[in-house]
Amino acid sequence: MISTLGRFSLMLALGIALYGAFASVLGARRNRPALIESGRSAAFVVLGLASFAVLLMEAALVGRDFSIRYVARNGSLGTPLFYTIIALWGALEGSILLWIWILALMTVLAVVIEGRRNRELMPYATATLLSISAFFLFLAAFPANPFAPLFPPPADGRGPNPLLQNHPLMAIPPPCLYAGYVGWSVPYAFAMAAMIKGRLGGEWIRTVRRWSIVAWGFLTVGIILGGWWSYEVLGWGGYWAWDPVENASLLPWLTGTAFLHSVMIQERRQMLKVWNLALIITTFALTIFGTFLTRSGILSSVHAFSESTIGPLFLVFIGVILFVSFGLLVYRSDGLKAEGDIDSLVSRESAFLMNNLMLLGFAFAVFLGTLFPLLSEAVRGVKVSVGEPFFNKVNVPIGLVLIFLMGVGPLIAWRRASFESLRRNFSIPLLMAFLVTGLTSFLGVRELYPLLAFGLGVFAAATVIQEFFRGVRTRRRITGEAYLVAVSNLTRRSRRRYGGLIVHLGVVLVVIGITASTVFKLEKEVTLQRGESLRLGRYQVRFDDLAGWHEPHRFVVEGTFTVFNANRKVAEMRPSKRFYPSEQQPIGTVDVRSTPREDLYLILSSFTRDGASATLKMMIRPLVMWIWIGGAVMALGALVAIWPDRRVVATEVSKERVAWQAGRS
Amino acid sequence: MSSKQKLLLGAIVVAAALGYLIYGGIREAAVYYITPTELKEKGTSAADRSFRLGGVVVPGSITWEPKTIQLAFRLTDGKEQVEVRHIGSPPDLFKEGAGAIVEGRYAGANLFVASTILAKHSEEYRPPQEGQVQAKELYRSLIKPREASR
Repeated sequence: MISTLGRFSLMLALGIALYGAFASVLGARRNRPALIESGRSAAFVVLGLASFAVLLMEAALVGRDFSIRYVARNGSLGTPLFYTIIALWGALEGSILLWIWILALMTVLAVVIEGRRNRELMPYATATLLSISAFFLFLAAFPANPFAPLFPPPADGRGPNPLLQNHPLMAIPPPCLYAGYVGWSVPYAFAMAAMIKGRLGGEWIRTVRRWSIVAWGFLTVGIILGGWWSYEVLGWGGYWAWDPVENASLLPWLTGTAFLHSVMIQERRQMLKVWNLALIITTFALTIFGTFLTRSGILSSVHAFSESTIGPLFLVFIGVILFVSFGLLVYRSDGLKAEGDIDSLVSRESAFLMNNLMLLGFAFAVFLGTLFPLLSEAVRGVKVSVGEPFFNKVNVPIGLVLIFLMGVGPLIAWRRASFESLRRNFSIPLLMAFLVTGLTSFLGVRELYPLLAFGLGVFAAATVIQEFFRGVRTRRRITGEAYLVAVSNLTRRSRRRYGGLIVHLGVVLVVIGITASTVFKLEKEVTLQRGESLRLGRYQVRFDDLAGWHEPHRFVVEGTFTVFNANRKVAEMRPSKRFYPSEQQPIGTVDVRSTPREDLYLILSSFTRDGASATLKMMIRPLVMWIWIGGAVMALGALVAIWPDRRVVATEVSKERVAWQAGRS
Repeated sequence: MSSKQKLLLGAIVVAAALGYLIYGGIREAAVYYITPTELKEKGTSAADRSFRLGGVVVPGSITWEPKTIQLAFRLTDGKEQVEVRHIGSPPDLFKEGAGAIVEGRYAGANLFVASTILAKHSEEYRPPQEGQVQAKELYRSLIKPREASR
């Protein structure tokens, strides 16, 4: 029943998406408002059908209907309700269903929010979005059907992969990443519409500004939470391994970040039109490429939980996207002449150009490093991987330059920066950077890169704080507001600018967290008898007990360790191993004690069967928590930047403008 | 020279630097995948070089010394076997007869010193084979049961 109904609704949605795309284009070309209107309605119907399919799937999962293969594979009678619900995105077919639903939702939002302002572009954007939907609906209706039946139905399902039901955090990163991936479809759709219509000015750029920040924000949160999940669940003590799936999510983030910066040059100076179109096409293609990498299984990864045969279809789809989009770009290249020009190398334009170059270099290195095993096998017939050393060697210096630019970009003047303005804006941050670098080297940091990372991080953070401080001071002088009021009003008057600055602050926190937790990491592995202790850093860890017990869906062996800091008991930690019935091998579950200063990370590596001794891996990683906090700050900044503007009273606007300009000089 | 030319020149210099960085990085960090047979064929020329060695863990070859946390086992591709040593616990998914990839250095004399062991995880479900004890049964019998109320 559910099987037939589900598949039918997906096929119906596929037909309607195709119709809607066709009707929108035809309506716009022949100037038939009724056809455009019916294309618009198609978007709503697709969302309705996709929602219905998702609900059906959830009903099947929660109702444990094992006559559906997906449910039999990813659900079981013993699986708790929470993990049963999120099993929707535990494997390939369900993920595609979720993807379809998010895309349908974004399409409707785009139609509703942007439809009135963009009468000319909207039909083509709708058509593009519905065409993308059609591709994924085709996947779900045919090769990756989530509603495929299973006969005879088994008495019990296999349950989700244990790694996916070991931690509640699993609930968030995949939907966030999908929203981040899918979100880029909207800017891409408007770029396509602009190229088709030949309206290549600032119109599409203004329309997609917010959408790209939304997509970027989701992607950021998804990446950071993915790292957190890896850190808490995979139990190897790290958060980022330059794994293909991680890289796949980083690639569109990098090109998307480049786009967010380079559109500002187009808005301000009417330059880089081709560049921006190329960036948004690349970013969108990379989101599809990311899904392909995650789901095709051509590269082995710790995050890839499914392999299937839909890989070639993705490649064809990416090929079509690139061919059509860049074909249009070449066709329209005449209308894309820059109206402005670079005046000086010491200007915001050139800082942004440099930033773009660096971000693309970073992305290219990640792309190459990820695909290198495939490339070398195809070209030379030998399997070669480049792994972590390559990424670190290449991307750390690029990253450092980017942090420097992150400090320079927002404050340097457009067109041509005078020496006086440079001195005014950068002397305090530079001084702070030198002080901190001196201090950290005095404290014993000797390597160049960590010193630079701390110094440049402080430089970038200081420019942001100085900028806020000057703005607030000026406001207070003029309006006499309290500090907090002044900060909030300042931010509200220029959300995008101050939101961006907050994001930069978050990036600095992430960079400092990564640097400190990598450079000052302590690690030790030993076998302890009951009562014995292990000392590492400030901590002493005593092995107290080892016990095993049954839970409904698993068997747990847990060690109890008491943690002392300078002879004072600070915590009791319980790393464990969990045995799932469907798996022959246990899943290690780490215990992490996080403080702002450092994380203490315990892994129960192995134990003797009488419970008398246990092998413990212990790690101390300073400032890890600041990576997650930095991620939250970045998300906050994005939120500030997209927050809808309220109606602003005219007089206040003019007053504000004066204050703002005085503050910036 | 106009600003535009200067900018273009600057961009070319930067792009070249990035290219050089990437090229150097690949040359330095490239690690070859190799099978036990290929390693044997290379013989002494492979000594003291880094590789990724992939194969299947030979059943009955695992020795694990908890006291010194030393792990030793043999990897095979069906034809040749290579002795592997590692300091540290075996990863959770590591077991006899399963695939594993080890990263490290070939010390010569058929001995590979691994710095990392990657056990291959498979999503596909395999029903327990006949005569194979369920993992949980194994451990339940060996560890004193504790109240599940906790």
